[in-house]
Amino acid sequence: MIEPPPPSNPDPVDPAAGAAAPLRYVALTGNPNSGKTTLFNLLTGLRAKVGNYAGVTVERKEGRLKNGPARREIRILDLPGTYSLSPNSLDEQVSRDVLFGRLPEVPQLHVVVVVVDASNLQRNLYYATQVIELGYPTLIALNMTDVAESLGHVIAADKLARLLDVPVQPIVASTGQGVPELREKLVSLALNPPLIKPRLFCQLPGLFRIEATGLADLLANTFQNRPWQATAEALLILSNENALASSRTHYPPAIQSAVAAARKRLDAAKVDWRGAPIEWRYARVAEIQQAATTELAAPGETFSDKVDRIVTHKIWGTLIFLALMFIIFQCIFTFADYPMRWLENGVTWAGDQVGGFLPPGDLRDLLVNGVIAGVGSVVVFLPQILMLFTFIGLLEDTGYMARAAFLMDRLMSRVGLHGKSFIPMLSSFACAIPGIMATRTIESPKDRLVTILVAPLMSCSARLPIYTLLIGATIPDRVLGGLNYHLDLGFTRFNLFGFLGLRGLTMLAMYLLGIIVALLMAWVFKKTLLKGEAPLLIMELPPYKRPLFRVVLQHIWERSKLFLTRAGTVILGVSIVLWFLATYPRSSQREAQFEARRNAITRSFNPVTLATGPGSAAHQAAALEEQLAAIDQAEFGENLRHSFAGRMGRAIEPILIPLGFDWKIGIGIISSFAAREVFVSTMSTVYNLSDAGDADEGMKTLEQTLREQKRPDGQPVYTTLVAVTLMVFYVFALQCASTVAIVRRETNSWKWPLFQWAYMGALAWTLAFLTYQGGKLLGWG
Amino acid sequence: MPAALQPLTSLALGATGTVADIQLPAAHRPRLMEMGLLVGTKVELIRFAPLGDPVEIKVRGYNLTLRRQEAEQILVTCAA
Ligand SMILES: Nc1nc2c(ncn2[C@@H]2O[C@H](COP(=O)(O)OP(=O)(O)O)[C@@H](O)[C@H]2O)c(=O)[nH]1
Ligand SMILES: [Mg+2]
Repeated sequence: MIEPPPPSNPDPVDPAAGAAAPLRYVALTGNPNSGKTTLFNLLTGLRAKVGNYAGVTVERKEGRLKNGPARREIRILDLPGTYSLSPNSLDEQVSRDVLFGRLPEVPQLHVVVVVVDASNLQRNLYYATQVIELGYPTLIALNMTDVAESLGHVIAADKLARLLDVPVQPIVASTGQGVPELREKLVSLALNPPLIKPRLFCQLPGLFRIEATGLADLLANTFQNRPWQATAEALLILSNENALASSRTHYPPAIQSAVAAARKRLDAAKVDWRGAPIEWRYARVAEIQQAATTELAAPGETFSDKVDRIVTHKIWGTLIFLALMFIIFQCIFTFADYPMRWLENGVTWAGDQVGGFLPPGDLRDLLVNGVIAGVGSVVVFLPQILMLFTFIGLLEDTGYMARAAFLMDRLMSRVGLHGKSFIPMLSSFACAIPGIMATRTIESPKDRLVTILVAPLMSCSARLPIYTLLIGATIPDRVLGGLNYHLDLGFTRFNLFGFLGLRGLTMLAMYLLGIIVALLMAWVFKKTLLKGEAPLLIMELPPYKRPLFRVVLQHIWERSKLFLTRAGTVILGVSIVLWFLATYPRSSQREAQFEARRNAITRSFNPVTLATGPGSAAHQAAALEEQLAAIDQAEFGENLRHSFAGRMGRAIEPILIPLGFDWKIGIGIISSFAAREVFVSTMSTVYNLSDAGDADEGMKTLEQTLREQKRPDGQPVYTTLVAVTLMVFYVFALQCASTVAIVRRETNSWKWPLFQWAYMGALAWTLAFLTYQGGKLLGWG
Repeated sequence: MPAALQPLTSLALGATGTVADIQLPAAHRPRLMEMGLLVGTKVELIRFAPLGDPVEIKVRGYNLTLRRQEAEQILVTCAA
């Protein structure tokens, strides 16, 4: 049966569309920190990352309007924040290109929502008026009205709407107040777009008007898709060098030379074509702002100002910065220990359960030794990593990041960068990927590249498992200077000065090593490969915001999911592959040899003497067990040596010997090429953590196992010096496929990620070499 | 009596001046102007960072940081 066609949809925009209702695209744009992403999340129900500093959203994000009209899907685009339509950095360029309809992959926009920070109206309206001039159906989301009110600014939305000639909806995005009304206005604009009227907020005097009109005609003839934006666009490329410079490929030579000629004529007439349009617009914007605002309070010191008096104070500011870093460190190092131990017990328990349940054989070995030991050894680090992300998330969401950049700018200027480069570096302590993305806010391409090149030298969360494991296995748990002050919480005890212990200090040293070398390398790059003058620093310090509990929880949740997904995919995959590589090829000849040795030993125990006395029987049985276990271990070792993994490890052993590493560590290094934390899971497989053969004994912790490893000459493998050398190696080596991929994407070439990989690898080997050989010379080996 | 021109950085901490001249190179000036720092705009000097650089100022109700070197090229008249 053929269904009757559905009743046609009365569509004022596109009556021909019929049943297939086309999408409607809505872009959110505005100054950085005006609350665009918060609003985006509310409108779409998605969970994009928000933060209180410029540079959190550096790409456009797309989502579907939740509770939108039933018959037509509305898509919302979240754009990076920008102060003007003339872009100064890559993230701002994304916004400009979307709004000008220049990206082929982004369809024509139907509505633009300008998110305006009501507490900072003039500067926000400067941008809003620029966007309104583009001629889209525009809606102003007047956000942060709560902040504005607390400062005593009362803004009459209707008056503002009249002056700007676009609808205005006051909202508080953090609580959702006013958002339903905004959604309604948005839907009605999207479905019934008003007629487009060209508008210009600045009064162009004489000569400027003539030049702009001429250029607008030329633009309208060249690009016929959006004629109504021609005047605004002409004004922009005429008056701003960046606006033209960032679109050389977009504008044909005819237009570029027309612009140059027009500027020359304006110069001759002594018109300040760079500054005048800005002044005109600000003059108009100030009028609008004053007309729409009633001031209830005299401008005074705000809450942020008061906080900043302490947080950026000469002495207190520095102390607070150091104290914050210490607290974060202490928490990650000491407090995370307890939940981690619980998880560790859980993993051991799971291994024992599966081990006891399955019959001995390859399957049991794969599950217990490959999967549970491998994935489990990484999952154990979840609490530490979450704590790190929570702290960095809090710093980001309160607005502290920009202050850290303010405090550190001077130091960064010594190596030729500026404070803005410090933010990506601080973020990289959690993970280099968001750090590298955040470099898009850096105006100078060279500085951005330098920051990208050094950001992965910051010790990220994937290094934590390696540091923690090696420190736990080899560094004594001693506190310096007898600072043993314990805090008793009933269920557990903390040492308040845990970070002053040898272990904490070793960890701190690794972090510092990364930071210092990053700064040195930045300096070297700025002096050699990427020479360039120090760029201008113009950075907003956004007012402090109380972090939203919901946002912080979401952030933690997203991070746990990401971490566990990674453990369940990458690490699981590598663990399984590694188990195969470490188990095969087998040799029946070798198996027979070991079987013969086992039989010989068992036979040498006389069952008659065993029965003579209970004490000695138990004693002898234990001795037998021990010898058999030793043979099992020897067999495992021999098998590993001849396995595929063992052959790979031995192949690279020659370059590892000068660093004090053996071929088993080599297996760990090879397998962790794609992700550093895989080193930990590999070592649990390489050292046969499940102690194959007698499952009843239970799994040992990886730490203990490392301590027990011996070289052929009977010396321990993991001396303190070897462990420290290995950590130094991991501070520098770029063992992270995701970072390489993101650097490729962000620099648009293979050249830089390969260079980065090579220089970091060279650093890793050289500094590990110096550490090991230097340590030996000093007699520590 | 016309107030004397002085660099922004020589204002007393917490004092407000009115921008009279921005002597930055033409290539750098527009960015500063787009952030709302124009001739005739009131600026308050808030503080210097602990190491003496950069400078924090308040302009049009929000806080902005600049390097000392640039801030020195912004000349203000002081109302007081
Ligand atoms: N008090 C208040 N804070 C808000 C409001 N909207 C957003 N915020 C906060 O402002 C900061 C910046 O928000 P975000 O959405 O990341 O801004 P974006 O840079 O425009 O995407 C975050 O800390 C938000 O929690 C609001 O209406 N009132
Ligand atoms: Mg955002």
